[in-house]
Amino acid sequence: MRDVAIVAFSQTDHVRSSEEVSEVEMLMPVLHDVLGRTGLRTGDIGFTCSGSCDYLAGRAFSFTMALDGVGAWPPIAESHVEMDGAWALYEAWVKLLTGEADTALVYAYGKSSPGSVRDVLTRQLDPYYLAPLWPDSIALAALQAQALIDSGETDEPALAAIAQRSRTAAEGNPHAQLRGPRPQGGYVVRPLRTGDCPPVGDGAAAVVLAAGDRARELCARPAWIRGMDHRVEPHALGVRDLTDSPSTRLAAERAGAFERPVDTAELHAPFTSQEVVLRKALRLGGSVTVNPSGGALAANPVMAAGLIRVGEAAAAVHRGTCDRALAHATSGPCLQQNLVAVLEGEPHAR
Amino acid sequence: MSATPASGAPSAPEVPRAPLVVEFPFTRSLGPVQSAFLTGLRERTVLGVRTAGGRVLVPPVEYDPETSEEIGDLVQVGTAGTVTTWAWNPDPRRGQPLRTPFAWVLVRLDGADTGLLHALDAPGPDAVRTGMRVRVRWAQDRGGAITDIACFEPYENGDEGGGESGGGNREGGGGNRHTAGHAAGHAAGHAAGHGKAGGPANGEGRRVDPAAPGAGRRAAAGPRPHSGAFDDPVTGVVAPARLDYTYTPGRAQSRFINALAERRITGERCPSCRKVYVPPRGACPTCGVATSEQVGVGPRGTVTTFCIVNIKAKNLDIEVPYVYAHIALDGADLPLHARIAGIPYDRVRMGLRVEPVWTQGGRHPDHYRPTGEPDADYDTYRELL
Repeated sequence: MRDVAIVAFSQTDHVRSSEEVSEVEMLMPVLHDVLGRTGLRTGDIGFTCSGSCDYLAGRAFSFTMALDGVGAWPPIAESHVEMDGAWALYEAWVKLLTGEADTALVYAYGKSSPGSVRDVLTRQLDPYYLAPLWPDSIALAALQAQALIDSGETDEPALAAIAQRSRTAAEGNPHAQLRGPRPQGGYVVRPLRTGDCPPVGDGAAAVVLAAGDRARELCARPAWIRGMDHRVEPHALGVRDLTDSPSTRLAAERAGAFERPVDTAELHAPFTSQEVVLRKALRLGGSVTVNPSGGALAANPVMAAGLIRVGEAAAAVHRGTCDRALAHATSGPCLQQNLVAVLEGEPHAR
Repeated sequence: MSATPASGAPSAPEVPRAPLVVEFPFTRSLGPVQSAFLTGLRERTVLGVRTAGGRVLVPPVEYDPETSEEIGDLVQVGTAGTVTTWAWNPDPRRGQPLRTPFAWVLVRLDGADTGLLHALDAPGPDAVRTGMRVRVRWAQDRGGAITDIACFEPYENGDEGGGESGGGNREGGGGNRHTAGHAAGHAAGHAAGHGKAGGPANGEGRRVDPAAPGAGRRAAAGPRPHSGAFDDPVTGVVAPARLDYTYTPGRAQSRFINALAERRITGERCPSCRKVYVPPRGACPTCGVATSEQVGVGPRGTVTTFCIVNIKAKNLDIEVPYVYAHIALDGADLPLHARIAGIPYDRVRMGLRVEPVWTQGGRHPDHYRPTGEPDADYDTYRELL
């Protein structure tokens, strides 16, 4: 099997509203930046894969217009997932592992500002038993949070501490939407307060993958993907134990996360309570730096926030501040589907 | 609205915006288990499905979530149950079950092993707790949908639901926000009674999660086998969806729209390949770079290809047949599309020269009409087909 690495990462500044730009206008500078970091041009890229969701901004086929920003002529090998870009990354990784391509461009964007993302996300739910009730994303997360409180695994002060720690960490992240701590505020859906919820905003991100020696040419310290896996749980919330995430645990096992400790973890936990579940499933001890970027509580461009976790972890390896990182992405209500990647830097390049 | 600069670095004019409503009814057929469940709700009967492992899933599904086996062993469960988790919603949103503040709840109905998501009508968060007893409040008009359960209501004195409809009196304190279900006297006890032996482990194994408060108060009566047969079964659901957006077109299209309002048609030139796109979308799809140099194009152009529309579009007051065409405006490197009028539909042809027609107060051309010029030579637009 070949070794594949993330060799570049770029993201927009994440903002509450990017109403002055279209999706491709928001995305294009990130594509140029990430390619610029490697010196590659579109024509050099072996495979391009993206993740986005037209429902967020209400624009049919927006992903085809976003492709305008890539420059897809002469025709490129391209694919798209109606999911977080972390799953586009997974597809690209597999493509590189097969040897069909040596480099890949992966990008994702989310523009939630034109609509109401709480309501938009109800349309991903079971159309027979759930969607007719319009249970919004915060309501579902709140049911999970209450289950955690009932089981004694957390309480409101502990959740507030997660919010505070995340947004304090984001003070060092120039791209974050919420930089610095915020008051917890009132209940949005009890027990979740404003501070427990992610900001609603717009943003985009991109990474470049490369295999073997190509990766070493393009990056001084590539972030090698040692393993990656994603697993899904039943859709029905009432079937699941909301206080646990067996899919995260299994994905982590299969990605090799438990073989050796990681020093850094970027977790895609849009709600404070979900970090509690993920820490348990991933057996993260106190020595692991969790979400030094601030995580999704500091910037949550839907469909890009998971890819950004992987990108942030990779960037920490690139910078030499991390040797072995775990990156996690989630999709669906209450951590329904989870992806785990393990990234490593080579010691000699420090 | 400020004037759009002719070219070069454009200023930032006011962002044009418009409401955009995306509305669609999803029509879906039901599998045999879903059909029985939703038809059952219409008849004030709640059905679950038993998995090979003996768990009773409510709401029931067609396939075992653990083994993916097809399952169809239906049982009737109670209409009262226990809250397994909850969340207080102080500000109900459109489409949600209640219009006044309520609790979202997962309810494990008596005899079921899984939670059903719905709303609980309660006076306030202090009246809700995990482990509390609740029962179904049926909607007055039921047609075979999850919304046939209007919501749940507190039922603290009821130790068992036993499949009775949860009609009758409302819990006090909730006021009269909703009609109180239906008249009593419609005892449940439908169908039932086919010869199937009750599934395995009727008593044990289903008492999952003994730690859950209230679990000990679960009804003694186990779920009864049910054939799932009803008269006039529901075979599908229509799930209407509506999402509201505020559309803003982005920089390039805003420049185009603002110019159009002044009856100027502008394209944008790619700084790399020099092609002029109209309408501009912000990026050259060939080169992947931003277009920003505005170029006046048209207003006249050439029909490159066309089709004849014979089906009247909904809410569109245009007589059929009419012609919809690709038009290469003079100076543009990509055709736009528009309706052709002012000429019989069967006289429109490739190469026809046309110009835009603005109606009074219109912010964009209503259609294009022939200019009367000689047709363009094929070689002048063959690259634009």
